[in-house]
Amino acid sequence: MDQASGQSERPQEQPQRPVAGDEAYRRQLEELQQVDFALVELNLYLDTHPTDLQALQQFNQLAQRSRHLRYDFEMRYGPMMNFGHSFSRFPWQWPETPWPWQV
Amino acid sequence: MWIYEKKLQYPVKVSKCDPMMAKFLREQYGGADGELSAALRYLNQRYTIPDRVIGLLTDIGTEEFAHLEMIATMVYKLTKDESAREMMLAGLGAHYANHDKALFYENAAGVPWTAAYIQAKGDPIADLYEDIAAEEKARATYQWLIDMTDDVDLQDSLKFLREREVIHSLRFREAVEIIKADREQKKIF
Amino acid sequence: MMSGQWREWYPYISPLDPCPPMRVKRYVVPPNQFIPFQPMNLPQFPLNEALYRGTLWPALYSAYTPLRGG
Repeated sequence: MDQASGQSERPQEQPQRPVAGDEAYRRQLEELQQVDFALVELNLYLDTHPTDLQALQQFNQLAQRSRHLRYDFEMRYGPMMNFGHSFSRFPWQWPETPWPWQV
Repeated sequence: MWIYEKKLQYPVKVSKCDPMMAKFLREQYGGADGELSAALRYLNQRYTIPDRVIGLLTDIGTEEFAHLEMIATMVYKLTKDESAREMMLAGLGAHYANHDKALFYENAAGVPWTAAYIQAKGDPIADLYEDIAAEEKARATYQWLIDMTDDVDLQDSLKFLREREVIHSLRFREAVEIIKADREQKKIF
Repeated sequence: MMSGQWREWYPYISPLDPCPPMRVKRYVVPPNQFIPFQPMNLPQFPLNEALYRGTLWPALYSAYTPLRGG
């Protein structure tokens, strides 16, 4: 797992290097999965309830939170989306394992 | 346009080495009421459905691809380490002879997927009722799959997928209400 | 197991049936059958539980316990 030497450490950084696919990885991934699941559920709800303001506000708040969690995850483990929706370090990280069905 | 997110919607865990379940899980991979049928059905219907419900069909169709990936994950985990002999003993001999451990869009009986499993009538009521029925059929299939395994972790994922069908069915019912509503009337809910 | 979502019925059993009869059959009627349109402001599960349950809303949750054996 390539770790750029100039990368700043986050306050709650684990002592060991991040290893994609280990226990810490799965825990962090699950936190993101929880938020993103709520977003899918709210998205579908809003598709049939376009005027529910409270739900819309909750959606936007969770979208913000998802962005932050995603940023932290990607800084540690590499890009999560293709076609420019995520950035990559050198060398190109997208093909790195584990892929979702391998975790 | 589709982009891909490199994570499962739900953390799939398979604890029991039971490759025979892989044989049956194919029903939701390439079967008539499975996730591929669902995704392709909704994503195809959305081109001609009334504008107000295009978003819903697009979103549910996209979510079904995420579910397809979850089923693929289960099948992959259950078969990737199996020998030819173990595949045969698990009832996947015919599959192995053709595909080795590769997945394929076929049902539990090995029948390949066909577009005959889906429909698009161009009539919104017909299309949405087809969608509601599809969700109930998928829900039932997940019940039978849950009955067939005693792997609690695998059951968790299947129960998640079953509950998603309950929600999708509700959304399609709401879509029916939306298109039933007279354009001039404000929908009260 | 016999929560509000389950229904039982008793199939006809013939004296000539070859196998031991199943006297009770059960099916589930999930909450979506009673809700034409989801009302606003339904209470929600916390996020970690919502993922596990497969929905944000307890009112829409349908439990399924496997029917094993007879």
